[in-house]
Amino acid sequence: MATRLQFENSCEIGAFSKLTNAYCLTAIGGSENFYSAFEAELADVIPVVKTSIGGTRLVGFLSVGNKNGLLLPHTTTDQELQHLRNSLPDQVVVQRIEEKLSALGNCIACNDHVALAHTDLDKETEELLADVLGVEVFRQTVAGNVLSGSYCALSNRGGLVHPHTSIEDLDELSTLLQVPLVAGTVNRGSEAIAAGMVVNDWTAFCGSDTTATELSVIDNVFMLRGDTRPGDGFDGMRKSLLDSYK
Amino acid sequence: MAQDAGMFMVHQTIGSVLCCKCGIRMQPNAANMCVKCLRSEVDITEGLLKRLVLVHCPECESYLQPPRTWVKLQLESKELLTFCLKKLQKNMNINKVKLVNAEFIWTEPHSKRVKVKVSVQKEVYNGAILEQSYLVEYVQQDHMCESCSRVAANPDQWVAAVQLRQHVSHRRTFYYLEQLILRHGAAARAVRIKQMDHGIDFYFSNRSHGNKFVEFIGKVAPVKSRSDKQLVSHDSKSNNYNYKYTFSVEISPICREDLICLPPKAAAILGNIGPIVVCTKVTNSIALLDPLTLKFGFLDAEQYWRTSFKSLLTSRQLVEYIVFDIEPVSSEITVGGTKYVLADAQVARVSDFGSNDTQFSIRTHLGHLLKPGDHALGYDLYGANTNDMELDRYKGYIPEVVLIKKSYEEKRQKKRAKARSWKLKSLNMEVDDKIKVDEDKRDAEYEHFLKDLEENPELRFNISLYQNKDYQPSEVASVTEDDGEPIPSVPDDELLAANLLAAEFDDLDLIEDGDGEDNMAE
Repeated sequence: MATRLQFENSCEIGAFSKLTNAYCLTAIGGSENFYSAFEAELADVIPVVKTSIGGTRLVGFLSVGNKNGLLLPHTTTDQELQHLRNSLPDQVVVQRIEEKLSALGNCIACNDHVALAHTDLDKETEELLADVLGVEVFRQTVAGNVLSGSYCALSNRGGLVHPHTSIEDLDELSTLLQVPLVAGTVNRGSEAIAAGMVVNDWTAFCGSDTTATELSVIDNVFMLRGDTRPGDGFDGMRKSLLDSYK
Repeated sequence: MAQDAGMFMVHQTIGSVLCCKCGIRMQPNAANMCVKCLRSEVDITEGLLKRLVLVHCPECESYLQPPRTWVKLQLESKELLTFCLKKLQKNMNINKVKLVNAEFIWTEPHSKRVKVKVSVQKEVYNGAILEQSYLVEYVQQDHMCESCSRVAANPDQWVAAVQLRQHVSHRRTFYYLEQLILRHGAAARAVRIKQMDHGIDFYFSNRSHGNKFVEFIGKVAPVKSRSDKQLVSHDSKSNNYNYKYTFSVEISPICREDLICLPPKAAAILGNIGPIVVCTKVTNSIALLDPLTLKFGFLDAEQYWRTSFKSLLTSRQLVEYIVFDIEPVSSEITVGGTKYVLADAQVARVSDFGSNDTQFSIRTHLGHLLKPGDHALGYDLYGANTNDMELDRYKGYIPEVVLIKKSYEEKRQKKRAKARSWKLKSLNMEVDDKIKVDEDKRDAEYEHFLKDLEENPELRFNISLYQNKDYQPSEVASVTEDDGEPIPSVPDDELLAANLLAAEFDDLDLIEDGDGEDNMAE
């Protein structure tokens, strides 16, 4: 079940946090509520680390990672790098890379097996991605936008993309990523999916403006409700919505 | 487009998403909400004017356009719609709303309500454009406009008066001016027209109308004018002064066919033409012809009034002569559109014709018109008793007779008074009852004016003549008396289609060809 929260009155929580299967990064905010929400869900399972990147709070936009590793932009300070190396589990490789497009979170969307990258990404970065994160990299656009990282939210079980994605594109991406994809919105019709939510294999967090419809779509595509069946919103809800006399 | 460049483009099918509010399937749009949800979220007509006041004058059916103009508008017309929408425009611009469509909803004419259904568009939620229509109600308030209230308070009220005067003993100029004014519609704005002794008074409700009329007269006659104003009322709080303006316009006393003895100053301006000159044409300048030398001179209004001279003899004093012999002296000269031939002639007064042998040998400018046996009208300087200082002072040669025009009197008398095939319109003038008017004299003068019109095509140039339905040409064709020359008359193709005057004259036929020339085969 997805949780709704806010970071300092903003619903764009994907900017301020990064969630993977092995760890969670959050920004250092004004109130502890943001951090507490993550802690409440994840404390027993994975480490939740408070950090800044390059002195900013935009942890989600600037970094990209999965259970195998974490990539940081060149603006990251040494202290931050060390702090992260210390806090995260040993099997997670933390690496700082030199890349012209420093908002790695906006440019790259990845799960544990496959990644969608900005079409203008450097060759070295692509190789590093394949090396450090252990993923297969595809340079793709989502609904005509090169920032594939911000318009697509990916987990190992499903993905949510920009609502204007055509059916052919959806099919193509789905084939590449080998997961079911759905076009939808988050935060009351906002098209920047990854900015509005973070997701891993068993949980998701969305901005507080997200409507019930959007939440049910997210629950379905990322299979968060414990149903193994993927699919359309209504089918999933059928059992809970319809009474039967049998 | 990449497609035009020959690149292979995959056909894109737009997928569907769920509306973020109600969850129904829909095509993705900028707000990612279905239209109903969007409408329920946002009301773009919020803050727009829905009830307005229109001020309407019941007398003249016009609406007030602030601050002071009144425009005449019909109910349910395009102009009224534009007028109503203009009032909404500023409010719409402030709310960043765009007007897309507007139309009237029918209301009872007496309900004093005008309803307009307006469709507007506004941008909401980063790019989605929403369209909504709503009703605007205009309440019509009745309020008499200024001009109607002024008319109702005092119907004879005038602000500007033009007093047109000419100090001569006939009214020919005013008949001609009346026709000119009618043709050009210069007196359309006049509130009242009054006939006075030696002139006409025109009354207007606005100073600029009066001024325009004075300028029009200035273009068609040589005039001298002055204007004055008289304070009527004064509002000391708002410093508004109301005046009555009077324009005094005097037309020069020189008329066509007058005989003039030029003072030396005037003669000098004109190149020393002989002191005895004939006035041939009066427009906004005076054309003078020396009958002995065929030399021409023009005086415009300013020059005339600087050396203001009076005529020696006017057309009242024309005497009929019979021509015995005529001998052209010069060749044909065309001046100002008319031909003249200098000729020596032997003439005698008709009054002398049978009784005595008085004959005159004179030089005349009518050599192209006259033949032996013709009658002509001219001034008798030999027998006239003139009272002119210039003439007394002049030491040189003064002709005894100056012929002016050919006379058609005899021929006219042979034809019984026949109806003319054309007629003229007239201004509706008030005639002052207190002044004694000699009816016969007036009628004779008017008849003379009409004859003048028939004889001179150039005079007809600026006048509208209308077809007379009562005229029957068949009667006239039966006349067989033959005199060799037709009486001048107005050809049919100069007559105007009288549908211009349908109300007054009942003539509704268009003229196609003239029924032949109206020249009588005599």
